[in-house]
Amino acid sequence: MAEQPVFAPWNDPSEKPLIQFQNVTKRFGDFTAIDDLTLDIFEKEFFALLGPSGCGKTTMMRMLGGFETVTNGTIKIAGQDMNKVPPNKRPVNMMFQSYALFPHLSIYENIAFGLRRTSMDKGAIDARIAEMLKLTRLEKFARRKPHQISGGQRQRVALARSLAKAPKLLLLDEPLGALDKKLRQDTQFELMDIQEKTGTTFVIVTHDQEEAMTVASRVAVMDEGLIVQVATPDAIYEAPNSTYVADFIGDVNIIEGRASQSGNKTKLSWAEGQPNIIGTTTRTFETGQTCHFAIRPEKVAISVEEPTKAANKLHGKILDIAYLGNISTYHVELPTGHIIKAQTANTRRLARRTMTWEDPVWISFTDTAGVLLDR
Amino acid sequence: MKRFSWFNVTALTLGFAFLYLPMIILVIYSFNESKLVTVWAGFSTKWYGELLQNEAFLNAAWVTIKVAVFSSTLATILGTMAAYVLVRAGRFKGRTLFSGMIYAPLVMPEVITGLSLLLLFIGIGLDRGVLTIVLAHTTFAMCFVSVVVSSRLVSFDNSLEEAALDLGCTPLQAFRLVTLPIIAPAVISGWLLAFTLSLDDLVIASFTSGPSATTLPIKIFSAVRLGVSPEINALSTIMIAIVTIGVIAASLISKQASLRQQRDEQAAARG
Ligand SMILES: Nc1ncnc2c1ncn2[C@@H]1O[C@H](COP(=O)(O)OP(=O)(O)OP(=O)(O)O)[C@@H](O)[C@H]1O
Ligand SMILES: [Mg+2]
Repeated sequence: MAEQPVFAPWNDPSEKPLIQFQNVTKRFGDFTAIDDLTLDIFEKEFFALLGPSGCGKTTMMRMLGGFETVTNGTIKIAGQDMNKVPPNKRPVNMMFQSYALFPHLSIYENIAFGLRRTSMDKGAIDARIAEMLKLTRLEKFARRKPHQISGGQRQRVALARSLAKAPKLLLLDEPLGALDKKLRQDTQFELMDIQEKTGTTFVIVTHDQEEAMTVASRVAVMDEGLIVQVATPDAIYEAPNSTYVADFIGDVNIIEGRASQSGNKTKLSWAEGQPNIIGTTTRTFETGQTCHFAIRPEKVAISVEEPTKAANKLHGKILDIAYLGNISTYHVELPTGHIIKAQTANTRRLARRTMTWEDPVWISFTDTAGVLLDR
Repeated sequence: MKRFSWFNVTALTLGFAFLYLPMIILVIYSFNESKLVTVWAGFSTKWYGELLQNEAFLNAAWVTIKVAVFSSTLATILGTMAAYVLVRAGRFKGRTLFSGMIYAPLVMPEVITGLSLLLLFIGIGLDRGVLTIVLAHTTFAMCFVSVVVSSRLVSFDNSLEEAALDLGCTPLQAFRLVTLPIIAPAVISGWLLAFTLSLDDLVIASFTSGPSATTLPIKIFSAVRLGVSPEINALSTIMIAIVTIGVIAASLISKQASLRQQRDEQAAARG
């Protein structure tokens, strides 16, 4: 098999971004919804915006779509300044968080609406709509009005309507929130498939981090109008740049302490009478600087016997066990009162498990398993 | 409790009698043979025949209908536009003043509205006739339309229009293809309101009509001052009939629309 070139236009300085946010600020009255944001999104990306409710995701989308004016700064699409371009002249389609289906038109007419505004002939429009109905499995409902279908079906209509024109840039504001897990996964793959076939650039807002991880080429984690980190899903997961990101994406143990560096190894003294935690980092920490050690539960091993060759090992007792079928999460309480989560895959049947509540156990991890963060 | 207790029946009868007795008497006397309105002299339709010979009444009826159609249409267009701007523009300087000024004619005594319009028409040298009545009726019906339409627009989901723009509509297309069809019921009831207001307006019309054009209410009013004639009774009966037919037709149409919608729903459910 020929090796696929890695898709990473953001690392290529000669690549021209499709979307450029340049020092964009958006204020509603004296409330700052987006704060001096600079961001490049490249053609054919599947860009996911992740963040808590009210952090400004929809506002960013609406500025891209042209429904919200920019207070300061510039937004460019394909190099062109968009600040004065009205929504109907932008090469962008948006799927609204509220769906915004036209209540007086049938599902069919809703999907046809955008196509009818182009010079496409009738046959081609019909074919395109049939394709969209099939994709979103709405064939049976084509003649109904939006108030005659379920919430999930409405969401699919909104999706079909925004996809129908095959725009260069598609903005999806929580496109799959109301779908059940199975349909959501199918649609995710469908979206990725569409993206591969058409080369459309997607910007997608989601509350579901698993979804962001599955579909996105890059993920931006936002907090109160700021982008905290933009990186590939694995980089966000494995190398978060702050405890905020580490905590927001997935499960994590965070231990605060003071750093002292020797070479590329950093020692973290975090509690009286406990061995220092040893970690690896490419950053430099000043001696005595406050520093956070973040480690994912699945990278923490748990055992009854004291491990011999681990870089870090700590003694504690099991406080709680959360059995999730394929994995179990152990909550281990250290003598200092810290609670560390350790995760193991359940390859054995439950009955033969050797550890239970109140058992004294060892937890251990290598010196490269976690990350050291300064904020 | 019994549905038709004596109390219920009495209350209902009294209420309906209060509402309809005057009209029933009017209708009955329109078929009176005698020229004297208060003396019954046998059944006859001769006053209807006479009415059809009466040029003055027919002219007035024609003027009234023309005025009502034109002024209500004009008032609907202007009133909808005003409502749209007021609801959509959000907060701008002087918004309260502006909306207050649009709604002021609602509470303004008709005599004052009529007088001021009269002064205006004289001032600009416009001869009083159909045109001036149309303009006058448009002026005062417009604010009624704008009240009706803006109460609908307030609950209109703005993102629908945004979605239309997003899908490539110009703002005008978005209004025509999305906003207007959705608020159509409010616009139509605004039009009907304006139409009926114009039909039965006496005060403003008497200020702004001229010798060349008189409306039916003016005609009836001046005729009655010379004594009630059976012809007037006949004319009023016709008007009652027209209004009744109109109301029944409107309710039938809306009932049918809802039936059709139900059928659509069932058809869609079968797939
Ligand atoms: N038109 C507006 N006027 C005033 N404040 C607004 C307006 N629109 C949004 N905001 C505020 O801006 C902030 C960001 O809103 P936004 O809709 O972008 O959040 P979001 O990240 O999409 O949240 P969610 O995940 O809940 O959809 C919120 O605090 C919101 O209250
Ligand atoms: Mg949102």
